[in-house]
Amino acid sequence: MTITEAPKIVTSRLHRDDVHTLAGYLETGGYEALRKALTMPPEVVGAEVEAVSLLGRGGAGFPAGRKWAMLRKAPATYLVVNGDESEPATFKDHFLLERDPHQLIEGVVIAAYALQVAQAFIYVRGEFALGLERVTAALNEAYAHGAVGKDIFGSGFSLDVVVHPGAGAYICGEETALLESLEGKRGFPRIKPPYFPAAIGLYGEPTVVNNVETLSNLPWIVNNGSAAFTALGAGRSTGTRLFALAGHVRNPGVYEVEMVKTTFRDLIYAPVLGGGIAGGKGTQLKAIIPGGVSAPWFGPDQLDLPLGQDEVAEQGSMLGSGSIVVMDDATCMVRAAWRITRFFWRESCGQCTPCRGGSGWLEKILRRIEDGSGREADLDLLMDACDNLAPGVSWPPKQTTICVLGPSIPSSIASGIRMFRDEFLVHVKEGGCPHG
Amino acid sequence: MAATGERHLSEEVRTRAAELMALYPHRRSALIPICHLAQEQDGLLRPEAITEIAEIVGVTPAEVLGTASFYDMLHTEPVGRYLVAVCTNIACMLKGAYELLEHAESALGVRVGATTDDAMFTLEDAECLADCGRAPCLQVNHRFFGDVTPQAFDALIEDLRAGRLEDDVPHHGTLVRIRRDGGLAVTAAEVAAEREAARRAMAERARAAEAADPGANEKRSGS
Repeated sequence: MTITEAPKIVTSRLHRDDVHTLAGYLETGGYEALRKALTMPPEVVGAEVEAVSLLGRGGAGFPAGRKWAMLRKAPATYLVVNGDESEPATFKDHFLLERDPHQLIEGVVIAAYALQVAQAFIYVRGEFALGLERVTAALNEAYAHGAVGKDIFGSGFSLDVVVHPGAGAYICGEETALLESLEGKRGFPRIKPPYFPAAIGLYGEPTVVNNVETLSNLPWIVNNGSAAFTALGAGRSTGTRLFALAGHVRNPGVYEVEMVKTTFRDLIYAPVLGGGIAGGKGTQLKAIIPGGVSAPWFGPDQLDLPLGQDEVAEQGSMLGSGSIVVMDDATCMVRAAWRITRFFWRESCGQCTPCRGGSGWLEKILRRIEDGSGREADLDLLMDACDNLAPGVSWPPKQTTICVLGPSIPSSIASGIRMFRDEFLVHVKEGGCPHG
Repeated sequence: MAATGERHLSEEVRTRAAELMALYPHRRSALIPICHLAQEQDGLLRPEAITEIAEIVGVTPAEVLGTASFYDMLHTEPVGRYLVAVCTNIACMLKGAYELLEHAESALGVRVGATTDDAMFTLEDAECLADCGRAPCLQVNHRFFGDVTPQAFDALIEDLRAGRLEDDVPHHGTLVRIRRDGGLAVTAAEVAAEREAARRAMAERARAAEAADPGANEKRSGS
């Protein structure tokens, strides 16, 4: 088990706990990348980002450079930061917003300069009260420092940035729902096509939506160059990535590791990272949920898989939002699948029938199995209902709804039944949960 | 003209609402931030506030209510001074969140969704709050508390009751205590002129590059 010596890109200054202040940020080299970027033509800054394979860190993993390239030819208008982190067990953007808000603001101004947008908005999940306060305070300091506002650092480039609070809705992490919310409406995802807000975004204008962690990479890329970034990782998964490790591990938390060169086993078992299985009633690993609760589960036999976007996709799941939930051998898999399904049922926006109706139906069936009132036929019924949400119940799921929330619901149910069918049947036969 | 005394939202909230609307190209974008301010004043979104927000933003009261009712954090029914939201999603569940929630119900003497008789506490069962490294976690008025044992829960409630956390946990409705310094620094017209000049310069550089190396731009945009 080896942990690579890759430099820290987005957590480089977090050995200090005062870098959310301007003084702490400047002492650790803050805003030097922005000064450098402003001496370069905007298209050169843009080309630098397009030259690295910076896969979006929000969940979909779409290359940031390609998003940018779509907008480069249009009269650019808005940059929107997606800080609505709500995918269960994902807590890395929350960490960045609270601990290093200036790094995000620096990334925002660099991106806005490269894209020549008119205005930037940082949409922060409403429940992040401290994050909202930290980003607002940092933005005030950045304006006073001349890093945001009129004629930034005397470059002739001006930009206003606005922090916008959400109000509690998982679906607003979906970028078109986020734009609706930012327009002061219910967070209903928009009908596709158009698939990208680059075509029709905020107020119907061309817009780029980037994730907090994605933009937090930009200062380092500008300072160190695209070649230094591309030297890390492998294939399309270059650079490092934040992983939010939770569940039955000794040291849950957020870790920045080199992509592809690090495996699930490293992350979960290395003493300096997860530190092995602990914190539950079991002793051995039973299953992991990679990439958020929308992702199909992995068993212990997939521990040596590298943490790379394509590597994980080839095995039928996704790296998604960068969260990894570890479940030990005392965990009830029916209960795990039920709780995840309950989440989707509560958070469905209600626009599409398969999701609105299907999520509640699935939740009720799972609950009755867990409570001991299930029938053997319920397993087929669950899979049949899943098939209505995502025909074939395959990965990536086939789309039946406006957004991906609905078709993501079958992942945990199908994983549970396919990997632990006997455990579901024991619930039915014994009339209750064997785990108590 | 109605006397200011007849208005429900305070002059301060109205001033702040106007400042918020000025930050966006379209004032409706300030609707949700203004709802947060109304909650800061009242602890919830009252019907009078909804009507006045509609006037301020320029939409109907139904549109304000229709929007607000979509979001978990905007409350049209009274909640306690402290909204205690215990996360029970997967990461916290694996670390004993339902046992904690059960303890919270008996400690507060209310079921999930209810408010204590003294209107101090409302208990909620929350979806993932993104603090899973410290599971099980909870929020009180959106302030985080992690690694919460039943004993820690009791101590927290005791501290809140005794007013020992007034500085850390504002009363329900107050979300962000730090305010933006000033409005926008540049006008839309100034920004448009800057961007137009930048685009002309970019086009000029592209033409110069094309003249020096025919096909270079084609090659780059195709990569």
